[in-house]
Amino acid sequence: MFNTSLKLEKRPSDSQTMSYLSPLLAIILTLICGGILFALLGHDPLEALYTFFISPLTDAYGWAELGIKVAPLLLCATGLMMCFKAKIWNIGAEGQFIMGGLGGSWAALQFLDATSSWVLIPIMLTGMASGLVWAAITAYLKTHFKANEILTTIMLNYIAVNALLWAVHGPLKDPQGFNFPESALFVDATLLPLISDDYRLNISIFFGLFALVAVWTLMSRTWVGYQIQVLGEDAKAARYAGFKENQLTWFALLTCGALAGLAGVSEVTGPIGQLIPSISPGYGYAAIIVVFLGRMNPIGLVFASMLLALTYMGGEMVQMEMALPKSLTGLFQGMLLFFLLACDLLISYRVVLVKKVLDKKVSPSATIDAAS
Amino acid sequence: MKSLKTLVTALTLSATVMAQAADNVKVGFVYVGPTGDAGWTYSHDEARKYVVDQLGDKVETSYVESVAEGADAERVIRNLAAKGHDLIFTTSFGYMNPTLKVAKRFPNVKFEHATGYKQSKNVGTYMARAYQARYLTGLVAGKMTKSNVIGYVASFPIPEVIRGINAFTKGVREVNPDATVKVVWVSTWYDPAKEREAAETLILQKADVLTQHTDSAAVIQTAEAKGIYAIGYHSDMSAYGSTAHLTSAVHDWRPIYLAKTKAVLNDTWTKEDIWYGIKEGVTDIAPLNDAIPADVKAMVLAKKAALKAGTIRVFDGPIKDQSGVEKVAKGASLSDGDLKGFGWYVEGVDGKLPKS
Repeated sequence: MFNTSLKLEKRPSDSQTMSYLSPLLAIILTLICGGILFALLGHDPLEALYTFFISPLTDAYGWAELGIKVAPLLLCATGLMMCFKAKIWNIGAEGQFIMGGLGGSWAALQFLDATSSWVLIPIMLTGMASGLVWAAITAYLKTHFKANEILTTIMLNYIAVNALLWAVHGPLKDPQGFNFPESALFVDATLLPLISDDYRLNISIFFGLFALVAVWTLMSRTWVGYQIQVLGEDAKAARYAGFKENQLTWFALLTCGALAGLAGVSEVTGPIGQLIPSISPGYGYAAIIVVFLGRMNPIGLVFASMLLALTYMGGEMVQMEMALPKSLTGLFQGMLLFFLLACDLLISYRVVLVKKVLDKKVSPSATIDAAS
Repeated sequence: MKSLKTLVTALTLSATVMAQAADNVKVGFVYVGPTGDAGWTYSHDEARKYVVDQLGDKVETSYVESVAEGADAERVIRNLAAKGHDLIFTTSFGYMNPTLKVAKRFPNVKFEHATGYKQSKNVGTYMARAYQARYLTGLVAGKMTKSNVIGYVASFPIPEVIRGINAFTKGVREVNPDATVKVVWVSTWYDPAKEREAAETLILQKADVLTQHTDSAAVIQTAEAKGIYAIGYHSDMSAYGSTAHLTSAVHDWRPIYLAKTKAVLNDTWTKEDIWYGIKEGVTDIAPLNDAIPADVKAMVLAKKAALKAGTIRVFDGPIKDQSGVEKVAKGASLSDGDLKGFGWYVEGVDGKLPKS
C-alpha cells in the first residue's frame, strides 16, 4: 500500500540571483492576487491597482508625502539591519522611536521662545540620546544577565508607549490646552527646515539617507563592521577570534537606538509639530519588514521602505476614490510578507512527493533499511 | 452669422453646465475608527448616509476610516481637499491642528472639526452636549443599582470624558446619595478586548451597572454575559444585550451635517462654534428598557423635558468636589467655559483623576 505525502527538501545550492529576485516575485504575486481581490469586490482590477499603487505618486505632493514616511522607516530599518546582521533580534525600534520623540519633545518645549534654528541641534541630540538610553537597557540586560533581547525589547516598547501617555497627559501637556492630551505647538525655530515651502517634506529624509550610507560603509569597510558580521554568521568563531561579543552587542544596539530616536524626534519636530499621544503609526515594526524585504541591502532598504510607505498611502486613496475598506492596507502588507516568505522558502527548499510504503507486515529493520 | 449663433449656444450650454456643477457639493469625512465600531464613528457615518438620502444627487460623499491621529491625518485631509471636496468633516479631537494647517492652504474649502476648540476663517467646530444624556442615564443607573457600585470604563482623562463622568455621577447621586461611580481608564478609544477586561474588573469590584466612554459595545456584551445591567454610549447599543442594555446616551449628528451641507450648497456657510444638545436633537437617550420601573421612566423623561426647555441645567449647584469642598453654590451653574475645561471630579466618583 502506498501513501504519498509532501516533504520539504533542501535544494543542493542556494541561488544568489533568486534570493535577490524573490522580493520582486513576491511583489508580482501580490499584484496578481490583489487584482483578483479587487475583481471579486466588483472593481476593475487595473483601475484599482492604479489607484492603489500609482495615483498616490502622480504629483510632486505625493512624492513629498512618500518621503515623509520613508525617512523614519529608513532610519529605523538602518539601525535594525545592523542588529540583525549581528543576529541581535531587536524588536524595540518602536519603543526607541517613541522615547526619541518624547525626549526630543521635552527639549523642544524648553525652547518655546527660541528664534534661532541652532536650538535644533540640542533637540536632535536629546532625541537621539533618549532612544540610545532606551536601547542601552536592553544591551545591559543582554550582556549582564543574558536576557533574551526579543522579550526585553517588546516589553520596553509597551513601557515607552505608557511613558509617552503619561508625559502627554501630565508634565508635557499644554497648559493652555483645556486639559487635552497634547503639548503646546512647537515654535518655528524648533521645527526641522522644510525642503520646499509647498510640501511637508523636511530634511529628515537626508538623515535617513546619510545614516544608511554611513552604516553601510561601517559594515562593509571597517573592522568593527567585519566583527559584527562574523558575530552574526558564527558566534563561536567570533569568540574564538577574540572578538569582544559584549562590546559589539552594545555598539549595535546603541547605534540602532540612536537612529530610531532620531527618527522619533524628527517626526515630532517635523510633520507633527507637537507631542501627541500617538506619534508613530508603527514605524518601528514596519521597519522590521523593510529590513527583510530589502534583503539587508542598502538599495533594497530604500526600495522596501518606499513600497511599504506606498501601501499606507494607496490604502487611503482606494478609500477616497473607490470607497473600499481600510483593511486593504493591512491585507496588501500581509500578502507581500506572506509571498516573500513563501518565495524565500521555496528558493532554498523544494517540495517533493514522498511515497511511503505502508505495510504492517514489514519488519522494523526493513523500514530502517528503506529509510536509509 | 451662423457660427456666431453656434458660439452663443455653446457658451450658454457651458454656462448651464457650470451652474449645475455648483449645484452639488462634495463632502468628505475623516473617521478615527472603523465605520462598523457600533459607537462614535458609526454615529458619524449614519449621519453621512442621512445627508445622502436627504440631498440625493446634490451631494457626493466620501470617507476615510481609521485615520491615525498623527502625521498621517494631515495628508488624508489635504488629499480630500485637493480632490475637490467642498466641505470636510474631521471627526476626532486629534485632527484639530492638522485640520487648521490644511485649511490655511485651501481657503475655498470649508472644514468642520468635531470636539475641538480652535476655529479659523474656514474652520468651524461642533460638539454634542452628550453630558446632558449622561446625566439622564445616571438617573437610571442610580435607581437600578442594588450594590450601590456603578462601573465606568473611560478612555482618556480629557475634559469631554471627565464631563461625562461628572454628569453621570451627578445623575446617580441625585436619586441615590449612597451610590458611587468607579472609573477604570483603558487609555484607548477602541480596543474591545481591553474594554471587556476593564468591565470584568469592575464587576469583581461589585459593580452591577456598567457604562463606558469608549467606542465599542464590548462593555454591554460583558454585562449581558454576566447578567448585570449596562448603559451604552454613542449609539443605541441595545442590539448587543437586550436584557442588560438599560438605555444609551446617543449622538445624532444628522441635523448638523444636513444643515452644514445645505449651507455650503446655498453658499451661506459661516464658521461657528456649535455646541448642540437635547434641545437641538443632537444628544438624546435610546429607548428605555422595560426592566426600568414606570415611575423611574417618567422621572427621567420629565428631566429630559426640563433640560430641553432649559428650566434645569445639568451642572446647577450645589456641586461639591471629591474632597467635599463646594465648587458651585446653590442657584449658580457651571458656565460653558468651565465645562470645556473640566479637570476635577464631582463628589461620588470613586478614584483619583490621573493628572500631573
